[in-house]
Amino acid sequence: MSSTPQDGLIAVVKRDCQTCELTAPVLGELARRVGLQVYTQDDPSFPETVSGRIDDTGSRYIASLEDRGRADAAPHRARARNRPHLWLGPRRVERIAGIAGLGLDLPASRPGCGAKNTEPGVIERLKIRFNETGLKSRRIAIGEDEDEQEAMYERGWSDGLPLVPPTEERVLRMLDGTSRDPQEVIGLIPPALLPATVEKIAVNAVMAGCKPEYLPVVLAAVEAVLEEGFAMHGVLATTMFVGPVVVVNGPIRRRIGMNAKGNVLGQGNRANGAIGRALQLVIRNIGGGRPQEVDRATLGNPGKYTCCFAEDEEGSCWEPLSVERGMKPGQSAVTVFAGFGLQGIVDQKSREPESLARSFAESLKAIHNVKLAPCCDALLVICPEHERTFRNAGWSKARLYEELYKLCEIPGEELVAGAKGIAEGGPASLAGKTVNKFRPGGLMIVRAGGGAGMFSGIIGGWSQGGPHGSIPIIKEVRN
Amino acid sequence: MTVLLDPTSEQSPTIRPRLPRPEKLDGLTIGILDIAKARGDVFLKRLGERLGERGIAFKHYAKPTNTRVAPLPLRQQIATEVNLVIEGLSD
Repeated sequence: MSSTPQDGLIAVVKRDCQTCELTAPVLGELARRVGLQVYTQDDPSFPETVSGRIDDTGSRYIASLEDRGRADAAPHRARARNRPHLWLGPRRVERIAGIAGLGLDLPASRPGCGAKNTEPGVIERLKIRFNETGLKSRRIAIGEDEDEQEAMYERGWSDGLPLVPPTEERVLRMLDGTSRDPQEVIGLIPPALLPATVEKIAVNAVMAGCKPEYLPVVLAAVEAVLEEGFAMHGVLATTMFVGPVVVVNGPIRRRIGMNAKGNVLGQGNRANGAIGRALQLVIRNIGGGRPQEVDRATLGNPGKYTCCFAEDEEGSCWEPLSVERGMKPGQSAVTVFAGFGLQGIVDQKSREPESLARSFAESLKAIHNVKLAPCCDALLVICPEHERTFRNAGWSKARLYEELYKLCEIPGEELVAGAKGIAEGGPASLAGKTVNKFRPGGLMIVRAGGGAGMFSGIIGGWSQGGPHGSIPIIKEVRN
Repeated sequence: MTVLLDPTSEQSPTIRPRLPRPEKLDGLTIGILDIAKARGDVFLKRLGERLGERGIAFKHYAKPTNTRVAPLPLRQQIATEVNLVIEGLSD
């Protein structure tokens, strides 16, 4: 290919563009009469009216323009070094060629189409080719005969499931999902307390299967677990079951297509699955938190692959969890909770709120062990049919909290070690006292799930909850 | 050839050898750290009694909660007051 001219007329065209087809005869005239270099972005044989076309299917000409991001339409013509312009029709053709009457049969105006460099991935590939990505992560070349998945497994990057290979192109696209500087340090990731830049989090988000638009939610979740109150090091290192559970509120839920309805805590939604997984991969790969190493969990729980869901705000008669915890309505936020698994509450007969609240409380009192109180915090996920019972009776969320705390008062005698024939339990001094299963503020309620089924659920917490365990943390989702 | 970006912190931990175990405890002061695990206090109290019976100096310390790392002042206090530490790590 010849070098880019320093001056002169240039046309950048595509065969797959009706406007380019229309200009082909004029381009031929210009080439013959005043000199014109034609760069063809898709088909090197186009336009046949011009001999000596330059094959620019690799976008090398566009890449050579200082302001290539502006060369966003085809056909465009430029004085070399100048900003490209759209081809605008007969008057302009006549003027730039200096030939009266040339191009008079062209329409006065005609839209071009997207230049090749605006097609997905082209600008990213150009940045990579010219080493302009700004990405700081170490490059790891995988040999042609190597299997990418196996190579990633061998390096210990995986949570056990296959990963999306974090190529430069994918990471660049991921970073388009946020306006934050790729080199901004979000925090130090335990257990190794090593810095997590936006870029490193984006690499892990790619591997987890995130789309770029999920990245702000992942960043907010990482920020949240790094708050001192959440005690991420302990949540990771504990022998107990827990991992971070992420609840998403606000408009971002619908913008990125999260599931708040049927099978909300199950499989099948990309955003729910990938966001929670990205958070776990950040802990694993940046912080070095791995099972049977610093992660000392005895059993763990399946949610340690991923546990992220959206609250069904639109269907609820109650304020969203985020508003209850200080955010404004309409503000997107994530709440992280150190939780595990799901303990179902089946109640298909209660039609009065008092009865249903008692059902909830009896189930809540069983978390960890009926003999343990005060116990951990808990996240109560109330299904639509159960919420309807409270709605019809006019119970606010505050009323339900109040009733549940009252119903979770336990006579100390029942909690003493040995009572009920169970050695687990507290000291004999509990006898004669009343102990609540939960610390004040230790319960959280969200509404989510499918429209049919009277099946709510409890996501249990860790240790004693609160300052002696993990405090749920809320963070705004920032773009 | 595929080029991937490294998802890790790209840092290797420095491996420091443990201090050699003392050959005997005579003349040393031992810290006994209760990390607040259930019944750890029972075990550690008994351990202190056994050390006392052998005439070995010891001091008891306690973390406020097992869920978090020991507060810095406590770590500094232990480091300046005793020669070695025994802690009860689990239930």
